[in-house]
Amino acid sequence: MKKQDLPQDPGALDKFTREVCYVKNDEGKYETALSKGWDVKKQALDSAWQEVNERVEEARKAVANGEKSPVYYFMELRLMDLPVLSGYTGIFPFFIKRHFKPSVFKGLSERKLEKYARAFDITVSELKNFKG
Amino acid sequence: MNIDSQTDEFHHLQTAHCENGVTTALLRYHGLDFMTEPLAFGMGSGLFYIQIPFLTVNNGPAISFRTMPGAIFKRTCKSLGVEVTRKKFSNPADAEAFLDQKVREGVPVGCQVGVFHLTYFPKEYRFHFNAHNLIVFGEEDGRYQISDPVMEDVTSLSKEELSRVRFAQGPLAPKGHIYFPEKIKPITQDMIRKGIVSGIRRNVRDMLSIPGNFAGVNGIRHTSNHVRKWRDKLGLRKASLYLGQIVRMQEEIGTGGGGFRFLYGAFLEEAAAYLQDDRVSNISEDFTKAGDMWRASAIKMAGVYKGRLTEQKDFEEIADMMLDIRLVEKEAFQKLSSLKLGK
Repeated sequence: MKKQDLPQDPGALDKFTREVCYVKNDEGKYETALSKGWDVKKQALDSAWQEVNERVEEARKAVANGEKSPVYYFMELRLMDLPVLSGYTGIFPFFIKRHFKPSVFKGLSERKLEKYARAFDITVSELKNFKG
Repeated sequence: MNIDSQTDEFHHLQTAHCENGVTTALLRYHGLDFMTEPLAFGMGSGLFYIQIPFLTVNNGPAISFRTMPGAIFKRTCKSLGVEVTRKKFSNPADAEAFLDQKVREGVPVGCQVGVFHLTYFPKEYRFHFNAHNLIVFGEEDGRYQISDPVMEDVTSLSKEELSRVRFAQGPLAPKGHIYFPEKIKPITQDMIRKGIVSGIRRNVRDMLSIPGNFAGVNGIRHTSNHVRKWRDKLGLRKASLYLGQIVRMQEEIGTGGGGFRFLYGAFLEEAAAYLQDDRVSNISEDFTKAGDMWRASAIKMAGVYKGRLTEQKDFEEIADMMLDIRLVEKEAFQKLSSLKLGK
């Protein structure tokens, strides 16, 4: 990539930092240059977020319809999957899957609810009272 | 590369990639002024390609254009005879106590962190990715002074904030991983040349002769075969998300553009000067070409996830582009191999 071809499309990094890229200067030698971003990858990031938001919305509906427990919704909201949530709570994935069921969720001990709430960065009552 | 003086001793260094940056800045702090990002990347045999089978990351294929986390620091230090200390902890309090002791001694240290809770990162970038690296180089008003290599300037984190990201959970959980050079002997030009040669040879081996079909140059063909099937197998929507994931692994902040290929080209250019060997700088051009081809394929993939390209033939074209890239990279590494450097 030639230095003059380096894209400068403002994206999510705009107010954060510019990034170092390796480009060819006029003498055909490598040097570094700072880029504000590139539309091609901005759109890749945007479509990934669009997907996340749709998953969260589906999870919210599932809770509202009584199909899933709030644990499932907050897992999606925090971009987690089973291994990650298991890491933060210390609860095995097999049990987490069971806690997705509203009927099982209702009977969860205060201690388990606290573990989930801490992993999701919310209070226990926010977790318990989420209705979708 | 921008060099800003931050304290009397430690200099913040902005680089394309975080681990290269930490390695370079720490070695420079210890007096190895010749160290640059491309050199650290090449000596550490940083270039790679792999599509890890059966694993999905953020609901997409697990593809990497670089070697495994931690390898660049380890290999580069080892090839220069630099002794390093690396520690992991099971208990956050122990990890913090150890870090505080190093800060009191005035030793800058590298830390592996997760980015999901990294407060100064923009929200759009905060996925559960646990192989980010930064340097802690001091403490001021109860906050750690942080040099994050992907940022233009230094920043700071509170004790709680740093402890949280050092104990991020999930794949590649850092477990408080802390590392720094311990003892450095005088380095001769000859040692640098040897380090460069062994870095190149290891990279040739990794890309050309690694067993299995999903890593090295053959890994590119592996992904190419997948791309052909994605549209029918996953549906257009999911297939385009998968392509988006490839582009992000390839071009996002930290790669220097073109899936680290430009960075490797820059390394070979520097290597040619050290080795006084024009053949090496000619091969540098091949990697520039490969990087440009990766970027061209990214533009094509963007056409798909923007919804402009929807046909199977578009996926076929992308897959063919990847096969062409594979050939260019394979030939380049074969040329590097046939130079018989260091023999």
